Amino acid sequence: MFNIKDLKASIGDKEILKGINLTINPGEVHAIMGPNGSGKSTLAKVLTGHPDFTEAEGSVLLKGKNLLELDPDERALEGLFLAFQYPVEIPGVNNEEFLRMAYNAKMKKNGKDAVDPLDFSDFIQEKLAKLSMDESFLERNVNHGFSGGEKKRNEILQLLVLEPEMVILDETDSGLDIDALRIVAKTVDAYRRADRGILVITHYQRLLDYIKPDIVHVLANGKIVKSGDKSLALELEDKGYDWVEAEAK
Amino acid sequence: MSLEEIEKIAGQNYKYGFKSDIETEVIPKGLNEDVVRLISERKKEPKFMLEYRLKAYNHWKTLTEPDWTHLEYPTIDFNDISYYAEPKKKEKLESMDDVDPELKRTFEKLGIPIVEQKRLANVAVDAIFDSVSVATTYKDKLLEHGVVFCPLSEALEKYPEIVKKYLGSVVPHTDNFYAALNAAVFSEGSFVYIPKDTVCPMELSTYFRINAEETGQFERTLIVCEENSKVSYLEGCTAPMFDKNQLHAAVVELVALDNAEIKYSTVQNWYAGDPKTGKGGIYNFVTKRGKCAGKSSKISWTQIETGSAITWKYPSCLLIGDDSVGEFYSVALTNHHQQADTGTKMYHIGKNTKSTIISKGISAGKSINTYRGLVQINKSAKGAENFTQCDSMLIGSDCSANTFPYIDVRNAQSTLGHEAATVKVTEDQIHYFQQRGINMEDALTTIVNGFCADVFKELPTEFAVEATQLLSLKLENTVG
Ligand SMILES: Nc1ncnc2c1ncn2[C@@H]1O[C@H](COP(=O)(O)OP(=O)(O)OP(=O)(O)O)[C@@H](O)[C@H]1O
Ligand SMILES: [Mg+2]
Repeated sequence: MFNIKDLKASIGDKEILKGINLTINPGEVHAIMGPNGSGKSTLAKVLTGHPDFTEAEGSVLLKGKNLLELDPDERALEGLFLAFQYPVEIPGVNNEEFLRMAYNAKMKKNGKDAVDPLDFSDFIQEKLAKLSMDESFLERNVNHGFSGGEKKRNEILQLLVLEPEMVILDETDSGLDIDALRIVAKTVDAYRRADRGILVITHYQRLLDYIKPDIVHVLANGKIVKSGDKSLALELEDKGYDWVEAEAK
Repeated sequence: MSLEEIEKIAGQNYKYGFKSDIETEVIPKGLNEDVVRLISERKKEPKFMLEYRLKAYNHWKTLTEPDWTHLEYPTIDFNDISYYAEPKKKEKLESMDDVDPELKRTFEKLGIPIVEQKRLANVAVDAIFDSVSVATTYKDKLLEHGVVFCPLSEALEKYPEIVKKYLGSVVPHTDNFYAALNAAVFSEGSFVYIPKDTVCPMELSTYFRINAEETGQFERTLIVCEENSKVSYLEGCTAPMFDKNQLHAAVVELVALDNAEIKYSTVQNWYAGDPKTGKGGIYNFVTKRGKCAGKSSKISWTQIETGSAITWKYPSCLLIGDDSVGEFYSVALTNHHQQADTGTKMYHIGKNTKSTIISKGISAGKSINTYRGLVQINKSAKGAENFTQCDSMLIGSDCSANTFPYIDVRNAQSTLGHEAATVKVTEDQIHYFQQRGINMEDALTTIVNGFCADVFKELPTEFAVEATQLLSLKLENTVG
């Protein structure tokens, strides 16, 4: 369902992604691990069409459509969702209204009527409960003044509201306390479905204890240098990245 | 989406840029004593008015244009402007049916209900076209409550004593260059009088429209609120697109007596000039001032400024009565080549007077947006309080924002609070919206509306929605 082919991206003269190939079939969970600065977040941003990386080469097919030819909002409406590593604060914009706007953008895309604030309020309660989030988060402005962990949880709330088919999580586990990690990870694991794909970017095995990946990739220096089953994550946790990088050379 | 694209979003086609095909009579360009006399004569004014105008004209001649603002514009040739234009069909209009159908159509295009019972069912409207008031709605209903709402020229005829007493009492003809010019040549305006113990039963509203080319518009508004009375008034403005700049130099005077309350709101959308070249557009040099003359009186200015090539405007309050309150809530959006220098002046004179200033400046394109404010707390104003918040929002990287909050405190028993912040709409914020399926325009509009929320909630509800829509229109992307 999701097919990345020979994807390259640069900032200025610096090539950051040097030809990424990756295929995720429906129902699969993939994990990407790799050293700091190896290009993991860049990959996520290129996929969503972040303005820093408008001139990516290669192709990214989601259910047959080349995402690289679409605007970021169109990509999202095709079912691509990124839980950001650093969710941005948007002062002045109410969280619940933001969620409803996003939800209604999706309804519109599907030719359905917009939901009114009252119905949406009912709908969102149940999602909040799943994440043990307090209602007061809805009244606050989007991520504004949220703690690091609260921001991450808010990303997953958006995931539950929008129900995208292709989900990328960029270090969603970092910043979460032990209990929050369990709640978030279990929620994501429960989100797995035969028609959905999930790509988890993480540094730690602890997240993968909850969300068992079908395939683990190692991204180093802008390339996927190794792929394997979930035991690869354990091996990395044990030995670090040097041996993989050495092997790749 | 790139920064350039965010900047592009700023573009919009000026929806009100059409010129109506209405026969107008324009007097020859230029300004001299004869022109002043001619205007007064045309309007069949009482003698005191002509004398006042001549006094103002002679004073104006001794003045030079102010150059202390943060604005850049070519010198205005005051002899290259016509000072009076009126639609030709001018017999006294007895009912709405007498209004020139072309004029009616113009106002309909503008979305202004001069036909009674229309959309804004509970709003009385005075529509001013070039120099002449063409229609005032709900007049009779208002009169039942003793409320007078009519063109200033009519007030001079019917209520000369009130006009004589208050005209120039808040903004004297000697106040500044443009106020003097206005006093000499003002052509029309609205007059509102709320008698004692009366709450005006509906919103009052005036729409100004400049249609004729190379004319100036110099309207003058006077609102008097007697003891224990209350009124809410809104003005809206548009003009067609011309290559040449047009001058708009209005004066607004408000007088609030004991316990009276005046709420004055403005939604200003004059033509701003060509988005690319900056050519044309309205020069909006306006003097607005309210006098809280009575004890516990209150004057509140709310303005949404989105148009004009140049705006120069500082709605102010003279807080004379003890315990009187002055408020200023402002959103000023500049885009393309627009320049705005706006803010307020709060003069605290009475005891325990309070003022609140909330200013939100939004700059996009290559525009310059300046807040200039003065809070003056005089010796007599023991226990005075002011709170000022002036925030700026920058969209793109070619625009600029300045704030000049002057504070002048002359007694130790007063309290001042000041907050200021500058925010930039970042690519990451817009991208965040887009990643959730929300398009760029909606994203920007939502961010801007959020930034302005504190001011929008001060607008009369009937107009809050319009203001929100106007802003999104102003931010609309014209390039795909
Ligand atoms: N906007 C940018 N300008 C300059 N360099 C950038 C930019 N974005 C990313 N880079 C560089 O690209 C490289 C990859 O960054 P990226 O954020 O993708 O790493 P990462 O694998 O996500 O790292 P981490 O594990 O620390 O999150 C880094 O060297 C980073 O400094
Ligand atoms: Mg990263």
